[in-house]
Amino acid sequence: MNHPFLILTLLAYLLSLGLYLRFLNTGKEITGRLGTLFLAMGLVTHYLALLVRSRGSHTVPYHDLYGSMSLFGWLLALTYLGLEFYHRQRSVGAFVMPFVLVFFVAAHLAPSDKLAPPATHGVVFALHVTLSILAYAAFALSFVLSMIFLGEERHLRRHQLGEMVWRLPPLDLLERMSRSSVLVGVVSIAIGTALGFVSVDRLAGEHSFYDPKYVITLLVLILYVLYFRLARTTTWRGARASKLCIFNFVVVVLSFTVVNLYLSHSHRYF
Amino acid sequence: MEIVLVGLNHRTASVEVRERVSFTNEQARRAADELRSRGILEETLVLSTCNRSEVYGVPPESSHECAPGLSSFLSEFHSVRPDVLSVSLYHHYDREAVRHLFRVSAGLDSMLLGEAEILGQVREAYRFAHEQGATGPVLNRLFQGALEVGKRVRSETELGTRPMSVAAAGVKLAERIFGKMSERRALVVGAGTISEQVVSQLRDRGIAHLSVMNRSRDRAEELAKQFGGKVVGWGEWDTALRSPDVVVSSVSADEPVLRRAIVESAMSARENRALFLMDLGMPRNVEASVAKLYNVYVYTMDDLSDIVQQNRSARESEIPRAEGIVEEHVGKFLSWQASVELVGLVEALRIRMKEERAAFIRARLDSMNHMSEADRARVEGLMDEMLEKLLLKPAEQLRGEKELRRKIQNVEALRDLFLSNREKP
Repeated sequence: MNHPFLILTLLAYLLSLGLYLRFLNTGKEITGRLGTLFLAMGLVTHYLALLVRSRGSHTVPYHDLYGSMSLFGWLLALTYLGLEFYHRQRSVGAFVMPFVLVFFVAAHLAPSDKLAPPATHGVVFALHVTLSILAYAAFALSFVLSMIFLGEERHLRRHQLGEMVWRLPPLDLLERMSRSSVLVGVVSIAIGTALGFVSVDRLAGEHSFYDPKYVITLLVLILYVLYFRLARTTTWRGARASKLCIFNFVVVVLSFTVVNLYLSHSHRYF
Repeated sequence: MEIVLVGLNHRTASVEVRERVSFTNEQARRAADELRSRGILEETLVLSTCNRSEVYGVPPESSHECAPGLSSFLSEFHSVRPDVLSVSLYHHYDREAVRHLFRVSAGLDSMLLGEAEILGQVREAYRFAHEQGATGPVLNRLFQGALEVGKRVRSETELGTRPMSVAAAGVKLAERIFGKMSERRALVVGAGTISEQVVSQLRDRGIAHLSVMNRSRDRAEELAKQFGGKVVGWGEWDTALRSPDVVVSSVSADEPVLRRAIVESAMSARENRALFLMDLGMPRNVEASVAKLYNVYVYTMDDLSDIVQQNRSARESEIPRAEGIVEEHVGKFLSWQASVELVGLVEALRIRMKEERAAFIRARLDSMNHMSEADRARVEGLMDEMLEKLLLKPAEQLRGEKELRRKIQNVEALRDLFLSNREKP
């Protein structure tokens, strides 16, 4: 991690995390705003770092696991920032930033993949991959939000109101933020998958239509659409919907790890 | 340029005395006018709330000398016997008066530690006095400082963040579940004092819709009318529980009013939308097993009292930080005050030296008839120039160097050293 953009990104994300934590602890509006500012700065430098990496390797930045992880971290931060602006809520930043940092640091500190970069597949393929990773990032965000919801709900029901509960977003808002995040994920994965099929069609012969990744992606899509539908119904509203969201993300992680690494023919890193 | 404060508050005076010595806006205006026209004070501000009545002022002479006159004035103004009033009044001067006001503004001197209303009351009292022309440079600076202290204490400490009453704690908890109350509905079961307090809190938080249910329909209608809600018939749970997000119950009953079956049926009808039940009845109005229902949150009087107690402790732990802010601003104000006084002292010194110069020239040059008018004028000019040079550097240093002003602790001693009492600025 020698490039100035990487160091600047790391610093910006670390400062953002520190400020979000302080905001959660003290409730001072100015620290929350500064947290957002540093997150935005980190996003810009992270984007430039991805661009440099992409240009250096003459291919998309997700040609290896580490590039893919870095892009995931960037999209997670970007989705969170979008949600923060849309819902005007900063308390979640302290919970999201550690994930962003873990993915960023793991991607850039670990040794490079020795595999040869794949051939460039054009814009449609790039969009397919980017939207798929965006969907995973959005699902990860909804997972974090659901975990916060369950923690807060548990404390409220048990009347165990520590310092933190007064600082967290209201349960209703957490539910809405989680649904917004899932909506971003569902739309992204639907479009991304469709573009994937277009890409496969164009690159006939290079990829198979019969890949376990397609099955699990379809399953993920169905599970999240189900969540979206059930989260507003009588039986599932509230904590149950959050538990379903967490279960769904476990399936996403399986798709991202086991299926990609051991079962899929053409989806190694996304 | 001293400051004097005479007043009473919830700690020094009974509610009867506080009621008698409180000021309406019109009385505050009249009192300020009279105090200035009688020459007791040059600048005046009256701060009157339900727990305190205080008169802040800048006297023409020493603040200690003017305090008895101010006490007599209050006694006369409110027609309260001096001996009754004197045991309740406190007097503060200069640094202590500044500190007192800053502590008041921070909520440190309030009956309810850290209460938010006092800052608005200080702001309103200042605005009113300023509009009436009763304040001057000293009180303007003092009250602007007080408002800044109040804002800083509220934004930098947790002194005013936690709810301190059962009603406020309940509404704050409801906000943890639903967010802003402006989009929510509430049902109040029972129309007693505690219900009224909760309704008032809900209204302050902008509750969108309010229903009242009470055994006595007249009392329910009264409360609904007072706070702009509608009345629901006693026992009509099916309709009453269908829409509200928050239910506050405080009825006197030997057995729970809200039984599990009632709430279970309501939850089904309302598609399991979250329900916050504030049970403020004693004995409890909500059956204990209701708390086990999905998406139902039940808080009893004991639960809320525990939260209030925790909050009180949390607020008290913030006192040292708030006091630190107060002290910082007291220091700032006193430094400003000293700088103004020092600059005034230099000005007085300049006038004094010019007078001395004029007397000196009269005494010495009258015997030197050989000097022409032009030469005399030239000598006077040279002496003036020398005096200006002598005073220029210290005056500039006093204006620019905070540290120097801090070092000069006793302006009064300097004044006594260089000026007679007659020439004090």
